[in-house]
Amino acid sequence: MTDPPLTLAIAESFLQPMGPVAAEQLRHLKLVTLLTMIAVVPVLVATPWILWRYRRSKPTGKYRPNWESNRVLESLMWGVPILVVTLMGVSLWNMTFRLDPYKELGKDPLQIHVIGLDWKWIFIYPDEGVALVDELVVPEGRAVELTLTTDTVMQSLRISAIVGQIYAMPAMTTKLNFLAARQGEATGMNTQFTGNGFWKQKFQVFSVSQEEYEARMKKAQASDLALTADTYALLAVQGTAEEAKKSLHIKDRKGPIEMVLGDSKIFQRVLARYMVEDMTPESQPGSPSYDPAKSPLPAAPEKPMMDMKM
Amino acid sequence: MFEALFGRLTWDSIILVQEFEDPNLNTFITAGAAAMLPVGGALVVALLFWMKWWKPLFEWLTSVDHKKIGTMYIIFAVIMLFRGVVEGILMRVNQAVGLNGGFLSSDHFNQLFTTHGTNMIFFVAMPFLIGLINIVVPLQIGARDVAFPKLNQISLGLTAVGGFLIMISLLVGEFSTGGWTGYPSFTGRLINPGVGPDYYILSIGIAGLGSTLTGVNFAVTIYKMRTAGMSFMRMPLFTWTALCTSILLIFAMPPLTACCLMLGLDRYLGFHFFTNDMGGNLMNYINLFWMFGHPEVYILILPAFGVMSEIAATFSGKRLYGYVGLVAATMCIAVLSFMVWLHHFFTMGQSTTVNAAFGIATLLIAIPTGVKIYDWLATLWGGRVRFTTPMLYLCGFFVLFAIGGLSGVILANPTLDYQLHNSLFLVAHFHNVIIPGTLFGVLAGIYYWFPKIYGFRLLDGYSRITAFLWAFGFILAFLPLYQVGMMGMTRRTVAYENPALVPWMVVSGIGALFLGLAFTFVLLTLWRSVVNRKKLMVPFGDPWDGRTLEWWTPAPTPEWNFAVLPKVDGRDAFTEAKAKGTAYQPIEKYEDIEMPANTYYGLIIAALGSGLGFGLVWYMWWLAIICFLGCIVTVITYAFLPERKKIISAAEVREIDEAWRRAARESRGVTRDDECNEANQGLARPDIITNP
Repeated sequence: MTDPPLTLAIAESFLQPMGPVAAEQLRHLKLVTLLTMIAVVPVLVATPWILWRYRRSKPTGKYRPNWESNRVLESLMWGVPILVVTLMGVSLWNMTFRLDPYKELGKDPLQIHVIGLDWKWIFIYPDEGVALVDELVVPEGRAVELTLTTDTVMQSLRISAIVGQIYAMPAMTTKLNFLAARQGEATGMNTQFTGNGFWKQKFQVFSVSQEEYEARMKKAQASDLALTADTYALLAVQGTAEEAKKSLHIKDRKGPIEMVLGDSKIFQRVLARYMVEDMTPESQPGSPSYDPAKSPLPAAPEKPMMDMKM
Repeated sequence: MFEALFGRLTWDSIILVQEFEDPNLNTFITAGAAAMLPVGGALVVALLFWMKWWKPLFEWLTSVDHKKIGTMYIIFAVIMLFRGVVEGILMRVNQAVGLNGGFLSSDHFNQLFTTHGTNMIFFVAMPFLIGLINIVVPLQIGARDVAFPKLNQISLGLTAVGGFLIMISLLVGEFSTGGWTGYPSFTGRLINPGVGPDYYILSIGIAGLGSTLTGVNFAVTIYKMRTAGMSFMRMPLFTWTALCTSILLIFAMPPLTACCLMLGLDRYLGFHFFTNDMGGNLMNYINLFWMFGHPEVYILILPAFGVMSEIAATFSGKRLYGYVGLVAATMCIAVLSFMVWLHHFFTMGQSTTVNAAFGIATLLIAIPTGVKIYDWLATLWGGRVRFTTPMLYLCGFFVLFAIGGLSGVILANPTLDYQLHNSLFLVAHFHNVIIPGTLFGVLAGIYYWFPKIYGFRLLDGYSRITAFLWAFGFILAFLPLYQVGMMGMTRRTVAYENPALVPWMVVSGIGALFLGLAFTFVLLTLWRSVVNRKKLMVPFGDPWDGRTLEWWTPAPTPEWNFAVLPKVDGRDAFTEAKAKGTAYQPIEKYEDIEMPANTYYGLIIAALGSGLGFGLVWYMWWLAIICFLGCIVTVITYAFLPERKKIISAAEVREIDEAWRRAARESRGVTRDDECNEANQGLARPDIITNP
């Protein structure tokens, strides 16, 4: 499948696919629609035709008040849907395995940890020692693996133009693998309702060249801000990334919040808090009484936390 | 002292007070809605005094007659539908102007989509269908009442408690903002300590108990109360779907009750079933909820399928095509509906094999559903189709439901669900099956059976316009949402930032206004028909040349339904009797009829249940405890009270029944040419059929 011409500056959905996953999803959508048409079109055609042919005012077909069964017709009625569903079932099975979000799309995918907060996302690049808020930068053509959790209610991350969505849940991790096949900009968002700021919880995804990617990481590594338990607690206050800039005292800074990874275990510590702590209204991000000063993160566990994958 | 008495209820909790303290458009809208409760209530009370309707009102509220209970379910549903439609319009119009923010505040919008969903599912669609089942099933199986008339009254009472709680939340406090599914931990104690989620779990929890009891009642009624000769394979299709619905209610409602109870324990007593911490897991809630939620979808659609079956046969003057196939398909759907719940959360991270298996199970449901639609089309084939109002709904259903089926099959693919889950595509899909499916079925059914119970037809012209308005409004309001869903717009967003969505949302908003107009026409039809009822009377009780037993009684149907219980020896018993000319022959022997007497049981349970719910929501513990103990005492007391019956003497029955039969024998009746005009007195003459 060739990429369709870029109609929008920013790709909002899988109708303008930027990667193989979204492209295959679009293709599969067309296939399913076509297959279903085998069963649907007869209804759409037959309804007006039968109504016309057998209208009481001026019928053209014979009246058969006691006609109630016909073997050939009966086997068609059951047979056609069974056939369509069988075909569709095979393709459903294959596609589900092919586009499994847990399946890596290349050797050694770029690892990114994602923490969902009200109403922003933190993207942690553990290998680069960098964290970005509401901005995801990936090198073009490189496989990426997101490992997600949240530190509030359940959220769902979707970058429609590149890949579908996966839930992110507190105390658990899920994974989303994707690959951006060409350079460009896409919108990512949370699709699971999370309260008043939900509709603003969007982020920009940049698929860039390797050089640009490295330059972007370098710039972030030079940031004067560090992601530590303290700054994290401030980020966890309900609000958008722009609103968080105020509490981080960078109100006037343009662009997304970029940070050095001050604590390389922060992702594990966020996961661990629900295992060892009895949360209170003050310590639970997302609660109306949340207080960053009273919400310490526990130490990172010795062994890695249980993976959610079954 | 104040706290002990009123719990967390304060002066500021009352919505009307908030309007004075902080006047703006949002508080104005909520205050307007809140004001409708006391104002509407006062008007109703005034009307009751003015018309001296108190006595008949209590006659109705204490009645155990299945037809009256069914009617009360439907009136309740219409009132709740009014609220649901207004909420829907507000949301659609808000989104039509919602680029970067509409006129509604986020918090207001969030309550709107939560109450709209909860209300429409639990207090509109279900009462509508249960109301129809109440009215029709005993008549179709040739019974005088349901198996447990008092239990029936209690079910209605418990449903009303849920309705009371969701309504009172307009006036006092607020409703949940967590959507109709109410997923924790968003609805948990830490994140949402307010009264909203408590209103939510108590209203659907208590109403859910009522629905479970309804399921039990109708399953027993259909198993045990069929008249002589009414074997299973002679039951009308609507009764079959009612049976499957009852089975679904029995098995699907308890998971809902359980998950409401568990979320309640989390919220009230600090348990950790679904919390983030201490080993709680929100995934268990989602699992339990959809174990109820998916069969619920078929609870909503199966009875509508039943109505469609009756209509297809009656208004094409022909036997139902593929009766056995339709029964088998209905049962297949009922069983399969318990095997697909996981497709509501393909995106939760479970293994691919699980997703693929549930995806295929979901596709399987498309087979019996497709067969049903083909069977109805084949029913019309070889018939003489009359384009009455129910037939219009059926035609709309064929075309529009097919589109809903298509989008359902698309969503059944986990691969595509990863993209379309939580999007407006999904919202379009379920409105696409619920409006052309359930709502069309209900409205067609009401038009069809209305003359049976109340003795007069609904005005034809108005009803047709109503049908067109619903279809037109639906197409405008929801088909654009498929497109915006694919363009990436999620559900439950108060505003959006992509200007490309605007034209679609504007069309959708206009469609919502048409749906509002359609609802107005429902009321208008009812009002004009009541005013003109003298001209619309169908005293003989068979206005549509019906085929099944319910048409074999006068209209309005007497309290005892059948003077003598009919014996059947075929599927379309009444059609056969009419063909043989034996339908209205005199009956020799009448007997005394014993009917259950009126009781206050349901009313008492409803009042105590409302107190219990309200007390729990506001932490007014004394009220909750008194009402809870009151419920237990009531149940025990009624268990020991002797059964009260009223006897209708054979002489009275004979007089009424003989007069009806004699008049029917002496009248000519009308052919189907005069079906929809004043000549139709409810007596069908053999139709003149021309063969080309």
